[in-house]
This record gives sequence, C-alpha cells and structure tokens, in this order.
Amino acid sequence: MAESNSSSASIEAVERSLASAGYIASRQIATAVYLAEKIEKPILVEGPAGVGKTELAKAIAASRGLEMIRMQCYEGLDEAKALYEWKYAKQLLYTQILKDKLGEVLGGADTLDKALNQLHDFGDVFFSKEFVEPRPLLRALEQPMGCVLLIDEIDKSDAEFESLLLEILSDFQVTIPELGTVVAIVPPTVILTSNGERDLGDALKRRCLHLHIGFPEPKLEERIVETRVPGVSAILRKQLVGFVNQVRTLDLKKLPSVSETIDWAKVLVLLGASELGHEMVKDTLNVLLKYEGDIEATLPQVSGFVAKAGRQGVFG
Amino acid sequence: MRDTLHRFFRAARGAGVRISPAESIDAMRAVAEVGPADRAILRDALLLTMAKSGEEKAALAACFDTFFAHPDFEQAPAANDDEDTGGGKNETSAVPVDGSAPGEAPTAPELGTLAQMLLSQDRAAITAALSNASNAAGLTNIRVFTQRGLFASRVLEQLGVGRLRDDIDALSASNSGDAERLTTALGSLRETVSEMVSQALLLYGREEKEALRNEILRNAPMARLEQRQIAQMRVLIRQMARRLRERFSKPRKRQRRGHLDVRRTIRRNAAWGGVPFMTAWKRRHRDKPKIVAICDVSGSVAQVSDFFLLLIHSLHEVVSDVRSFAFSGNLIEVSEVLEKNKPEEAMKQIMSSVGYGSSDYGRSFVDFEKGFMSAITAQTTVIVLGDARSNNLDPRADILRRIGERSKRLVWLNPEGRMGWGFGDSEMPRYATFCNVVRQCATAQQLERAVADIVATYQ
Repeated sequence: MAESNSSSASIEAVERSLASAGYIASRQIATAVYLAEKIEKPILVEGPAGVGKTELAKAIAASRGLEMIRMQCYEGLDEAKALYEWKYAKQLLYTQILKDKLGEVLGGADTLDKALNQLHDFGDVFFSKEFVEPRPLLRALEQPMGCVLLIDEIDKSDAEFESLLLEILSDFQVTIPELGTVVAIVPPTVILTSNGERDLGDALKRRCLHLHIGFPEPKLEERIVETRVPGVSAILRKQLVGFVNQVRTLDLKKLPSVSETIDWAKVLVLLGASELGHEMVKDTLNVLLKYEGDIEATLPQVSGFVAKAGRQGVFG
Repeated sequence: MRDTLHRFFRAARGAGVRISPAESIDAMRAVAEVGPADRAILRDALLLTMAKSGEEKAALAACFDTFFAHPDFEQAPAANDDEDTGGGKNETSAVPVDGSAPGEAPTAPELGTLAQMLLSQDRAAITAALSNASNAAGLTNIRVFTQRGLFASRVLEQLGVGRLRDDIDALSASNSGDAERLTTALGSLRETVSEMVSQALLLYGREEKEALRNEILRNAPMARLEQRQIAQMRVLIRQMARRLRERFSKPRKRQRRGHLDVRRTIRRNAAWGGVPFMTAWKRRHRDKPKIVAICDVSGSVAQVSDFFLLLIHSLHEVVSDVRSFAFSGNLIEVSEVLEKNKPEEAMKQIMSSVGYGSSDYGRSFVDFEKGFMSAITAQTTVIVLGDARSNNLDPRADILRRIGERSKRLVWLNPEGRMGWGFGDSEMPRYATFCNVVRQCATAQQLERAVADIVATYQ
C-alpha cells in the first residue's frame, strides 16, 4: 500500500509541476504523463481542437526543463522531411573538391579492377554522419539530455508515415540504411496529437498510451482561465465559464473549446468588463464562435444563458 | 493481483475491447507502477493502456465498474498474500477453504470452517472464500445462461456447503439458535453466489454470445429474417461497411507509381546541373469505384435490397459515386432518398412508392434506358440485384446487353440459390450471358464478399 500512496503522491507532483509551467491538468492527464515517464511509452492525445493537446507537450518540456522538438504533420510528409536527408549539394561539392585527391589515390592503380578496389577501401566517405541532415525525429534521438518530441496532428499525415514512426515509438531508434541504427541517447518523451480526422492504424495505437482530452469540467476550466488570464475577476470568470459551458450544449458546427474561452476572457478583460452583460456578449461572440451559422444559432439564446450564468456567479 | 488482472482482461474482451498481449503487458506494467490501492487511478491507468478509442474507453469504463463491483476484489489480494501459493488453494478442495484467517480462535471446534465464518460474520474471510471457490469452480469459463445453475452449485460445493448442512443438522438438536442463524446465512450465501454467477455471465459470457449470434446471422438467408433480427442485421451491415472501408479506403501509393516523369525529374534536379539525383514518377491514375445499383424491391427480394443499399451507401470513403435505382413494376431513382434520410425511413419511402408490386424486369429496364442510361460511363460498375423472375413478361435482355457494353463491369447478384435459376419464370440464364459476374447473394456473408470483390477490382 505504501508504494501506491507514493504513486498517487507522485501523480500529484506531476500535476503540480505542470501547473508551475502554466498547464492545469486533470488527474487523468497527470496519470498519463506519470505513466508515460515510468513505462517509457509515447502518449497519443486525442480530442477536439483547442483543448490544449499541443500545450500539454510544451508544458511537459517546460516543467522538466527540456527542449521541445516539434514536428508538424501534413499530407505528403515523408522520410526526407521527418527523419533525415542526405546533404546532396555538400556531397556533390566535396566530390568536386576532392577530384584531384582522387586522382592521386587512384594514380597508383594501373588496371580498372585495382582502382575499384582502392576506391572500396575508402568506404562510404560520402555517406557518413557529416553528410546527414537530421530532421526532427533524428534530432530528437540525438539530444544528449533527452527532449520532448511533439508529433503534432498525426492524423493529417499519410498512412505510410505512421509506419515510419513505429520503430521510433516502440524502440526509440531509427535505421538509416547507409549508417546503421541510431539509438536514442536518452529516450525522448513523445507526445502525438490527433484531431481524429482519420482513424489511426492499430499498430500505432498499440504502441501508445491513449489519452482523450475532452472539454474540461467547469471548475477546472475556471482554474485554467485563472492561470492564463490573471486579470479576470472571480465573478466574471465563473460567469464566462458558465456561459461557455451552456453554449457547448447547443448543436453547433464548432463548439468553443478552452483556447476560445481564454481568448474571450482576454477580450473581456481588455474591454474592462467586471461582469457578463448581454450587449457585451453579443458584440464579442465572434471571438468564441468561428462560424456565422453558429453565431446566428447562439444569438437568440444569449439572454437566457447570460442570466443563468449570472445566477451561477452569485450563488455558485 | 495478477489473476484479478487476467480475469479483467478476459472480461474486457467480452465487452468488445480488443486487447492484445502487448497491451495486457503494458497494463500490467502500468498497474505495477500505480498500485491497486487508489481505484480511480487504477481505472485511469487501465483506460490509458488498454482502450484505444473513445468507444472502447466507454465500454472499458463500464466493464471496469461492473468488474470491480465484484465483492472479491478488495479482499482477494490480501488473501493471496497470506497464503502466497496460488496452487495450494485449489488442491484443498477436499477440505474446502482452509481458513483464510488461521489465527482466529476456533469458537466451536466441531463446526466446519464455513459455518465458523458465517457465525463469526467474518466478512473478509467469507469474501476471500467466495473468490477462492469461484476460481476453483472455473467461473470464468461460463458461456451461456443455461450454465448458471451448474456453476452456482459448483461454487457452493467448493465453499463446503455439504459440511455446512451437516453442521446445521447437528446443531438443530443442541443449539437451535445457531442452527437458525446458519440456515438464514446459507440462504443469503446462495443469493450472493447466484448474483456472482450472473455477474460472471455478464462479464465473460457476452463475447461468446455475440459472436455466436453474429455468426448465425451472417449465414442466415436475408430474405427470411424475423423482425427483431432485422435491427441486429443492420448493426452487422454497418460493421461490414466499416471493415470494407478500412480495407479499401487507404490509398496504396507504391502500386500507383508509373513511368519516370522526365520533365519533372529534370526540373527538380536543375540545381545539380541536371544530374538526376531525385527522380520524379508519374502517378498511375486510379478511379474510385463508381457504382450504379439497380435493385428489385418486389416481395421476397425487398429485404435483401434493403441491406444491400444500406451497405453500398455506407461506403462513402471507398466509393466516390453511387446512384441507386429501385424497381418492381416500374423504376425510379432512390439515391437522394437514401442520402437524406435514415435507412429505415428511406426504405419505407421507397417501398411506398415502388415496392411490393409484382416485378416487371422488362419495363424497368426500359425505364432505366430511357431516363438514366447516361449515368453509366466506362468506369461504372453496374450491379443488378434481383431474382430475375419477370412473371413471364418480356425480359428485354437486349437492354441489359447495352448496359453491359456501356459499363466497366456488370454484376448480377441473385438472392436465389443456383438450383432455382432458369426454372419457372426465372430469366437468369438469359440475363447471365451479358453479365461479367453472376453470384448468389442470399446471406450477409455472401453480400460482403460480393461487394468486396466489386470494390477490389478498382484497386
């Protein structure tokens, strides 16, 4: 029992250290981060846009004082852009410069076979570490202190790219045909994010801890707003979070998520609001909602929502 | 703890969460890290390691709650620690449940252990005894509900109910108060055991039951389903659609690579003086399937057409363009109805406008040729679903020939068995000569294979 007490204590410690980096984590998130470190597994984070998936990686990096290497995925992303590339131009340049030297080296050989053999002795000079241009994935493995590797929006990449990641995710190594296998000096903490645009392969999912971040509880969201927008008064904070939570019950194209709540809080602070008012909400609704149709659907409800949120502010 | 987890994995598989050995190892490692004491953290840890999608998370959370509502969990690990040889317990079935708390003062030495436990109301010991007995009885092997009585009596036997009865008999003469208490306790013990067995059935039996039901359903003739099976069949069809989507929606680039694209290669390598370091390749163009479905919705074939249309219209990612037509006496286009409504309502609408008539293939083909022949291009696969029984009216096979010539492929799916083709008013042999493929399509399995083959020809 003692060891499990210590585990819940260390999960709290993770929560605190994330909080010190400005990220208010729910217990699930903290558990995931704790487990990821302990059993050395990547975390696959899924959830709607703007709930802080990318922020989580930044916060982990900041709280551990590590560098964060970010790889943004997009359609058509391939090995050469994600893993490594040969510096073709440099290789070409060096062959030109070394032309004379080559002549000297091969000068002694009188037959083609001999010349070839001598060339073989030089081995793969042009395919050595010097000519490798490391891309994010390789760079993450080469960090001497370890790092946080963020593979952002993996669902945007092609299915082939997923397969490319498998070796890194399970063994923290990559194989470069000409050089051999590069193993991580310190296994990086890997965070993958996905908006669920397409289903990821089972092989990838199997290698990760699967964390779903949804919209936070009102209490948690208030704390997030508190840390992110320090200027908001307690009453306004409660009201605006209450309002946003009511908007989320509507059937909208894009529900407002945490990042929108924070933006809106910032706007309200700039406007000098101390409490939520109908007119102000109507004027600033475009910060919260990103589609004209959504705004139109919400406008008639604003008065009711504000009144309800206002009551929460007083009694809650 | 390890046994408990293993049983949980089986229960989770029963709940429809796919757990590979690798995932169970991860779950074990995670549990070893967080420990079993804090149930909320344990739940989070298991959800993180085992469930890989939102649905799986919900299913697993429900399964976790049912499973650990089980009385044996809290106490069982403690009992295991005390005795620390798991095998020892099972061997002692002759002397059932060797006192889980051996240190306790034997209150009435002539009584059996179970009677002692019940009299002293030692809950922890009883719970431990229950879990040991259910392990010894192999409760996790329960599969169907008719086994409930069998397993309940096995568990009770392992608990040592026989000895308890003897004790009650002996006591009723000397100490009737205790005897009465024991009788009541036995009653509640029976209830607990039967609850335990029901729960085990819920946890471990579900997988088998659903697998069995789906297997039966897959091979049942679709035209003769009972009303309640139709809803289950719809679920099954959706699963089929998902499988087909997963299989065919991923583009395979490697296969598509065609000839060297000389122009793009030169342009790309201009920086290196035209030395072709990086090659550019032409992509072989590949069409997504275009499908024109012509479905008989008369009488007995209607149900099959219903499922077929549901399947075809659930394949959005795989099939770029579907146009559906339904006919019995005459033919109408139904694509829009199917796209806009829920499948049940759409089918109702279709049936009310053209359904249930006696089929006239000739006239329906005439309708098609007049109105929709332009829907067929050289990339289209035309699928006709029907029994080809045209009530001795003119079959107009010549129109079918023209449809076949215009299209990439013409496939005929017939819900009737091959034996019946050509007998009575069946025009199947005559139609078959103009079709690229003719298949029987009576069960869900045949339907899936037929559609998979059609889509595969485009890959």
